[in-house]
Amino acid sequence: MKNSTLLSFFAALFLVAAFTFNTRAQGILSQAQVNGNFQMDAQYYQVDSAIGAYAIPEKMLMNSWTNVTYVAGDFSAGMRFETYLNPISGYYKDLKGSGVPFWYAGYKSGQFEITAGNFYEQFGSGMVLRAYEEHNLGYDNALNGVRVKFTPFQGVTLKGIWGTQRYFWQKSPGIIRGGDVDIALNDAIKAFENSKLKLQIGGSFVSKFQDNEEISIGTDTTLKLPLNVGAASGRFNLTYGKFGMGAEYAYKINDPNASNKFIYRKGQGLLLNVSYSEKGFGVLIQAKRLDNMSFKSKRTETGNVLDINYLPAITKQHTYTLAALYPYATQTNGEMGLEGQLNYKFKKETLLGGHYGTDISLNFSQINSIDKTAVGTDAIDAPGTLGYESDFFKVGDKMYFRDINLEISHKFTKSFKASLNLMRQDYDPLVNGHEGEPMIHSNLAIAELTYKFTTTHALRGEFQILQTKQDQGDWAMAMFEYSIAPLWFFSVADQWNFGNENSDNRFHYPLIAAGYNNNANRIQVSYGKQRAGIVCVGGVCRPVPASNGFTVTITSSF
Amino acid sequence: MKQTLILLITAFFALSLSAQEAKTDKVLFKLPSVNVVDMNGKKINTSQLTNNGKPFIISFWATWCKPCVKELTTISEVYQDWQEETGVKLIAVSIDDSRSSAQVKTLVNGKNWEYEVLLDANADFKRAMNVNAVPHTFIVNGKGEIVWQHTSFSEGSELELIALIRKLNAGEPISQ
Repeated sequence: MKNSTLLSFFAALFLVAAFTFNTRAQGILSQAQVNGNFQMDAQYYQVDSAIGAYAIPEKMLMNSWTNVTYVAGDFSAGMRFETYLNPISGYYKDLKGSGVPFWYAGYKSGQFEITAGNFYEQFGSGMVLRAYEEHNLGYDNALNGVRVKFTPFQGVTLKGIWGTQRYFWQKSPGIIRGGDVDIALNDAIKAFENSKLKLQIGGSFVSKFQDNEEISIGTDTTLKLPLNVGAASGRFNLTYGKFGMGAEYAYKINDPNASNKFIYRKGQGLLLNVSYSEKGFGVLIQAKRLDNMSFKSKRTETGNVLDINYLPAITKQHTYTLAALYPYATQTNGEMGLEGQLNYKFKKETLLGGHYGTDISLNFSQINSIDKTAVGTDAIDAPGTLGYESDFFKVGDKMYFRDINLEISHKFTKSFKASLNLMRQDYDPLVNGHEGEPMIHSNLAIAELTYKFTTTHALRGEFQILQTKQDQGDWAMAMFEYSIAPLWFFSVADQWNFGNENSDNRFHYPLIAAGYNNNANRIQVSYGKQRAGIVCVGGVCRPVPASNGFTVTITSSF
Repeated sequence: MKQTLILLITAFFALSLSAQEAKTDKVLFKLPSVNVVDMNGKKINTSQLTNNGKPFIISFWATWCKPCVKELTTISEVYQDWQEETGVKLIAVSIDDSRSSAQVKTLVNGKNWEYEVLLDANADFKRAMNVNAVPHTFIVNGKGEIVWQHTSFSEGSELELIALIRKLNAGEPISQ
């Protein structure tokens, strides 16, 4: 019933749109336009139980979505049709089905901007609210409700949101209400307009309501749950010439949930960054402390869904295949981390710069646990208790992750350039749910060489090696990609687990791929074995699940 | 349910037919109205993006996207020549989220890029421009209309881009 009402709504909308075009109405409506995009990923699977590619009863699986947006002056409406028949392996099975899970209509009128239906939103850095989507990861926590933006005067923006969240093809049991104020002082106050100091401040409040449910600890204790959970945050961001600084602090009242093992502790989070940069040089230091900040619109949910907030990992996001083998994941229950980033360019015609200049990038990050001490006689993290006490400034003993990496890129001649990456990573498998496994220490070297035969024909080679004594041992990877700009590319690659302790498990992961790319239409086919991770091939980066077989990806924008 | 679906499909086709009929000037769509911020945190509405009546390029990228960084590095080597010859401007829109958005300025300055850089931390502009994956590059004409787009980068793609800008400057249509 709900769906058919929705369809009627859009049918009516599109009829109006079609007539608008046909009659060439004067004024705003004559500017009506439609645009959108499309993506389809289809896979044909072959069994290779050795590498973890098991039999798929359907043999073929497919994910696809299409966005259509209609804009006429200050009015806009849009929808997304999605179909997962059945979802590609690696995605949540709950996505199975087809429909229109996302649609909206909105307009701007003077100082107001109204959106009804589904929408994405972020307050500040997202520590108390972020609704977003990354369909290549199968992630979508869109809000469904209303949003009002109000700009009382220049430089000041007020936002209010009220809605439920997308939960695959359903809605969250929790209702989310929130507001945010953002003030750009240089725009709001005339006297500051041309000041060298640029300052923005902001604050948010978000409240979640979820009806009571029965959650028992042991046999005789039923938890008394807060039905409304509030979270608030304050932030500032300033730049003064070459200096920059930003911070956000968030606080959440007690919110016993499955992620925090149903403890009644309050949550808090702090993000801080300081930077200095000038032409040819940039340095940044970021610090973070999270303590019990998991915030979902369903108490018992622990999966990668229904997040109300976003807690970024402050580690470098690697995209070379082997560098992304042991990726860090934010520990929402508590972590303290530090990241440093330095970029420098050796100028042209200097000793280290050569004829074209040399770029270096140095990055360091380390994430530890937070300090936890027991409250009274209760065990740490015992369900139904206050959980623990924690000294805000004390770094926990346990190191979750450390990454030191250096990248040097240099162009040698007009037709030859190369980059070299050296890395050291220390990774505790517990960050991705493998508790009790030993820490993995790895050293990596990655070289990337590009040679241009003509202005549009180029060969790119990638050579990666990862050395570790833990987990599956050493890995090597080689990849060659031939591109004919702007239309074609062809690539062959192999990953080899040559250092596996068990010589029967020294598997190869060969993969061949080709792509045709005409303007914003692209088709890519690949055949072979692929491990899970972010894959950058043919000029596009995309996260992919593990597979063995044949994959076709079609993307198009219009 | 079925009837409304048929109605919807009919409407859609009617619409796309009429849209094609009106598309003689090769306009894909006009710049959408979405808020992004520059590297100093200043809010900018994307419908106001301009190059004083001249064509400009919008390139969606991220600090973690190798082909994107490669594209912007390649163009930066010839950017000054491009600007002097054609008056073109490149606006680099970073889709880095709060995990890496603070690194954008460090990287842009560290690589000595001269582009106008915008931050689209929750991908609002990316969605409004129908970008599936980065890099995705657009050419906008002097009237703020998107007239050309391309996904991915491979060595030499930048030559096509500047050739199209020259054509636009000469008043020729750059049909797709």
